[in-house]
Amino acid sequence: MAPAAGWPVVRWTAAGVLLLLLLAFPLVFTQPHPRHVVITIFLFAMLAQAWNLLAGYCGQISLGHAVFFGAGAYTSTLLGKYFDLSPWIGMAVGAVVAVAVSQLIGYPVFRLRGHYFAIATIAVGEIVNTLMINWDWAGGARGLFVPIKRPDSFVNLQFHQSKQSYYYIALGLLLLAFWITRKVEVSRMGYYLRAIREDQDAAASLGIPVAAYKQRAMALSAALTALGGSFYAQYILFIDPDSVFPTALSILICLVAVLGGIGTLWGPLIGAAILIPLGEWTRIYFGGTGKAVDLLIYGALIMLVSVIQPGGIMALAQRGRRRTG
Amino acid sequence: MTTLLDVRGVTKRYGGLVANSNISFQVGYGELVGIIGPNGAGKSTLFDLVTGFQPADEGQVLLEGESVTRLRPDEISRRGVARTFQKLKPFTQMTVVENVMVGAFQKTTDPVRARNQAMEALDRVGLADKAEAHARVLSTGQRKRLELARALATQPRLLLLDEVTGGVDQRSIPALVDLVRRLHGEGASLIVIEHNMSVIMGISQRIVALNLGEVIADGPPAVVGRDPRVVEAYLGQAYVA
Repeated sequence: MAPAAGWPVVRWTAAGVLLLLLLAFPLVFTQPHPRHVVITIFLFAMLAQAWNLLAGYCGQISLGHAVFFGAGAYTSTLLGKYFDLSPWIGMAVGAVVAVAVSQLIGYPVFRLRGHYFAIATIAVGEIVNTLMINWDWAGGARGLFVPIKRPDSFVNLQFHQSKQSYYYIALGLLLLAFWITRKVEVSRMGYYLRAIREDQDAAASLGIPVAAYKQRAMALSAALTALGGSFYAQYILFIDPDSVFPTALSILICLVAVLGGIGTLWGPLIGAAILIPLGEWTRIYFGGTGKAVDLLIYGALIMLVSVIQPGGIMALAQRGRRRTG
Repeated sequence: MTTLLDVRGVTKRYGGLVANSNISFQVGYGELVGIIGPNGAGKSTLFDLVTGFQPADEGQVLLEGESVTRLRPDEISRRGVARTFQKLKPFTQMTVVENVMVGAFQKTTDPVRARNQAMEALDRVGLADKAEAHARVLSTGQRKRLELARALATQPRLLLLDEVTGGVDQRSIPALVDLVRRLHGEGASLIVIEHNMSVIMGISQRIVALNLGEVIADGPPAVVGRDPRVVEAYLGQAYVA
């Protein structure tokens, strides 16, 4: 039920065709590497969509989302390692942990506005990273191996023979993030979040409990990000603070959304579809040193986006459509 | 006339500056009260105190006999007090109707109903034809109407308007004044801050005059307009002559 704000038939058809193509992809591309690239695109599109809920719709630019990603990754891994719980349960608990952490962070940090909020989230991210490095029970700086379970099974969320199952699970998580964002977008909450982004005083004057809605957006965003973190742990099978808690990860999540277009439903997917293959390509092309090159390209892209079109690629597309239409 | 809003001795200090000093006045149901005074007299601060955007240092604000003094702006809004801002605050990235829907969502969670109520509010302020336009393309006069529609959509019991004609071109003023008069005619209770004397004296049933944070006169427009202290502080001899 999405009345005036609903989608025209053309868009539904386009979305349906895209979904069919994505479903068919692993049947055509059977090699691990192309599947890996697309899985990573799904993961980052999903993370960027979660970030988008808070930053794009509600205007609260977080540069500490790795905290929630790490919370998901560590919770499911620790529960699997010490209590032999299924990663699916671990994923759910991880989301709950991330929500709890998000509310603890949000209470003091949401008193800050604009740049100060963003800076505070970087600080929180660094603090959590340092804590995890020094927490021996959780593997400390050495990290944790996810206990290997055989044979491959959906219950254990481990597939050692082929990436196909990971592919469909990642796609499922991405669809979940899109579905939730779309639900929020057309509901009262979506309007409230955008009003808060535009002007907090005007929003409050219309009866919106601003702090409570920021906390809700943060909770939803954190929960989704944590699902991505648990999935990552099960996919890579090794986590350490450096891989799941770094500020660089928080920034990459932000870049994906900013490049695609924040505050839009499709921006995160478009951003991920461009940035992730770019990172893969530079890593392959330049070998071990490629890591720095992709950062150079990211930096250049962000400068281009901020100067030419702060609304990201989605805004470019909309501008183009207005011109032709 | 029974009392809708009762402001009792509110005081607001910013360091050494007393922005509002022991201000008291009442607004009855269906009444239109004008607030006048020179720049810096404390008019907008008074609005901020009534709507919860600033906490009062002393005194109380009662709405239908219940204290709203310590409540947050959103809580006061949900109790039926809506306001506009001197410095306009449209949601520029949203369309006109979406702006107003934000207000309408106070009374419903259903987007369809919110949209219908928003269209009604836009119709009342004469902005229905701009419903699908982006708020950022509106003129100042249209933005004033938009803020009014947004406030109306919350279905308030009391409406506070900060400078209805401020920054609006001369041609658009009569229509805005008519609009306020019509809302009042429909039974709305209003407090209006206004610098345009012919406007405020014409529409108000009562005028509260402020100077340096204090109430210097409170009464019918004809009486306040001749009050020596108001003439001295704000209107000037030319107004009386």
